[in-house]
Amino acid sequence: MTDTALEAAALGKRFRRRWALRDCTFRLPAGRVCAVVGPNGAGKSTLLALAAGLLAPEDGTVTVLGTDPASARARVGYVAQDKPLYPQLTVAETLRTGADLNPGRWDAAAAERIAAGGDLDPKARVRSLSGGQRTRVALALALAKRPELLLLDEPMADLDPLARHELMGVLMVQAAQHGTTIVMSSHVVAELEGSCDHLLLIGDGRVRLAGEIDDLLAAHTRVSGPAQGSLGDHTVVESRTTGRQLTALIRPTGPLSDDWRASMPTLEELVLAHLRNPDAPALTPTQTPSPAESGSGAASGSASGSESESEETRA
Amino acid sequence: MVAYRIDRRSGVATYVQIVQQTKQALRLGLLMPGDKLPTAREVVEATAINPNTVLKAYRELEREGLVEARRGLGTFVRKSLGTAPADSPLRTELDAWAARAREAGLDRDDVAALFTAVLEKHFQGDPS
Repeated sequence: MTDTALEAAALGKRFRRRWALRDCTFRLPAGRVCAVVGPNGAGKSTLLALAAGLLAPEDGTVTVLGTDPASARARVGYVAQDKPLYPQLTVAETLRTGADLNPGRWDAAAAERIAAGGDLDPKARVRSLSGGQRTRVALALALAKRPELLLLDEPMADLDPLARHELMGVLMVQAAQHGTTIVMSSHVVAELEGSCDHLLLIGDGRVRLAGEIDDLLAAHTRVSGPAQGSLGDHTVVESRTTGRQLTALIRPTGPLSDDWRASMPTLEELVLAHLRNPDAPALTPTQTPSPAESGSGAASGSASGSESESEETRA
Repeated sequence: MVAYRIDRRSGVATYVQIVQQTKQALRLGLLMPGDKLPTAREVVEATAINPNTVLKAYRELEREGLVEARRGLGTFVRKSLGTAPADSPLRTELDAWAARAREAGLDRDDVAALFTAVLEKHFQGDPS
């Protein structure tokens, strides 16, 4: 058992001539609940499929639970966006298939408990189920396998608000009880806020933000002040002038001058500001220049340290 | 036992909301010494928030000496929270200050803004 659930190094995937994912580097510690966020077509599904071992990368490597995706497969649960199930099987048959395909790992009680939450008739055929019910069956299959890493591609998209809340609760219990690492994608940030403690923001095939959500929020400040004010050498992610006022989202490099009113951004503001400004520098704490000089990670470490210090003095 | 209500739009960090609501329950006597807080599993099942958030809130309460974690048993209230006495000299001073502010022509919003600004200045970064 390693303390890293998922790690990508310069990972890239190309479909014909288009790069769906490029130069993707991050590390996800075990036991986290990670949101993979980005607009449609950003590369979220490609990343999850690479981690699940369903796609092979053109570039770089992805390490899953300390090994390659194929060797980790028995310990990984993956639910694709379209929730593929056998339409001709009944719910009960589907769960029995799950038990047969996962010998030694299957938790039949958990599978039935999750499926039962939605008033599912065990004799109903998968073909006849609603989108939300299919999601429930797919999650029951993935969770009953007792995976160490759970990869969920847009898991909540088909669910009504009630089922979404309930199933998110089920996922959080899984994380609390078994320390399962959960990676789930969505293009709706609000859906994941609160449930996730780690963020991977992907825009246009590249990692824009990666890290603990609390750290990422603390590294950024929303400021407003007079339009002629200078933001000095703080890193500006986004800035906008309205009349005499300037508002900006910045990464402070030191204390802010008194001209600025500062506040903590919300996760959604942080995500939107980075997506609206593709040229803003990415922030990924695990930026390791190359494997050979991993010692130079101290440089980026001290940089993020000063950011959190300035946060403390300011907060 | 308390039930936490998480408001995602409040702008207050989720773990802080749990800390605040626990303290509020302690002040109101809804939680007494010896009472057990809900387990992380119970909280996340009901609220769908991240379990680490609950644990972070409980650690914070423990650090402040309000609760204690007993291995394998759960988290228990150690002491209750008294409210600030209503007749303290501080209250009298504040009372007089508010009266002067009104005489000076400030309205309720002016006073609230002033008070909040001073509060911010002196309690900057303190956990609420």
